[in-house]
Amino acid sequence: MEHSPPPFFNRGPAPLVRLAFFASLSLALLVLDARFRYTEGLRSVLALAVYPLQSLATVPAALADRVSGYFASQSQLREENAALRAKLLAASQAAQRYEAAQAETGQLRRLVGAAERLPLKATAAEILYNGRDPYSRKIVIDKGSRSGVRAGSPVVDENGVVGQVTRAHVLSSEVTLLTDKQQAIPVQVVRNGLRAVAFGAGSNGMLELRFVAANAEIQNGDKLVTSGIDGTYPPGLPVATVARIERDAAYAFARIVCQPAAGVENGGYVLVLDGEAKRLPYPEEASQERDKRSGKTRKPRRKDADAAQ
Amino acid sequence: MQLNDSPAAQRILLPVRARTILGSLALALLANFLPWNNVALVPDFVALVLVFWCVREPRLVGLGAGWLLGLLIDVGNGVLMGQHALAYSLLAFAAIALSRRVLWFPLWAQALHVAALLLFAQGVSALVRLAAGAEFPGWGIAVGPLIGAALWPVVSVLLLMPQRMPVDVDETRAI
Repeated sequence: MEHSPPPFFNRGPAPLVRLAFFASLSLALLVLDARFRYTEGLRSVLALAVYPLQSLATVPAALADRVSGYFASQSQLREENAALRAKLLAASQAAQRYEAAQAETGQLRRLVGAAERLPLKATAAEILYNGRDPYSRKIVIDKGSRSGVRAGSPVVDENGVVGQVTRAHVLSSEVTLLTDKQQAIPVQVVRNGLRAVAFGAGSNGMLELRFVAANAEIQNGDKLVTSGIDGTYPPGLPVATVARIERDAAYAFARIVCQPAAGVENGGYVLVLDGEAKRLPYPEEASQERDKRSGKTRKPRRKDADAAQ
Repeated sequence: MQLNDSPAAQRILLPVRARTILGSLALALLANFLPWNNVALVPDFVALVLVFWCVREPRLVGLGAGWLLGLLIDVGNGVLMGQHALAYSLLAFAAIALSRRVLWFPLWAQALHVAALLLFAQGVSALVRLAAGAEFPGWGIAVGPLIGAALWPVVSVLLLMPQRMPVDVDETRAI
């Protein structure tokens, strides 16, 4: 290695130089991505390049499914059919009641003068694969911005909330699961309306309610649904069931572990909801500045607020 | 068949075809994107095949290929851009640096070298994620590379098959 090679054995720059080049390029990309999020354009282009491989990778599982379906016996199919019929009956009954309840709610809301809730648009999507990242919990689904999926949309399955779209590429999108450490969802206890925020607990596939006072009224088996106060998740979607509560006198907060309602870690199909476009009003300071610019609607609202108090 | 690939048993191989390399790398990417049940136990096939070609053909496959593959993996898994790119370029560099040495050993000893290389790459990407603020997910992340190293003999036999074909196929021969 000490001798310099003759020119006809030229192999380009030395390995160490190449290493320095590629390593600094990667480090630059890392900083640009982690700090400034400048790489989204490059990412979506590369995602388009990877998409054929991703969709091809689902073929073996689909094929195995079809082969096993071919060998399913008639009695099995009959049983499954009967079970599905029963389920459909129950679901259609629930749907009828839901429709009536929705009409009633709409009427009541109009009476009170509250904003009416827009109906949700749902897009069905297939899970392509789990992200191979031990540091986060993500899945990749086969619908992207071309099908109207946007970053931030909630993702549900037939039992409850699965997670949230964090990146929408053209043909696919990434969904961060509720069990991810970085993911939070505002919830409400169905029984008494207690509000809290559920965080992912990471690798064990559970959720954790943080900052709930040790003497809060919550018990094992309580159902948690989305409260809808964040404007992202529509209210009333099932999220989790309280599984374990540890109250320790030494801490101000209880440790509450919940089991997610949806099959967050398994399942093949999900629905991407296009969240209601209802934006929360700006916080006081921000709205003051905005109103100074427009200069009209500020005063009466303050009066209303005072009257309400 | 003798699994011993030490120089004494090695025969002269055909020159490698570009489509073998490209095909094997594409297959490895595909294997990485398969919907695995338990991701922690699945080896990183791309890293394994990359090490193979860096050791066998250091002049054809090197840091550039590793970097590009790493970028594709980063995008496919939705992780930090450049995490696997950095890990794979370092991996390719280490594999090329070891390439003169590794092939003198029998397959099982080669697998030990590969285990060290794959663990090194996993360590690099763990360091990157920890620096970016993730939590350490436990020592389970070392299992994948070890399983990958255990697959090394299989992978090297499979990937060398195209180069072990007879040069001129005799149509009249029985086998």
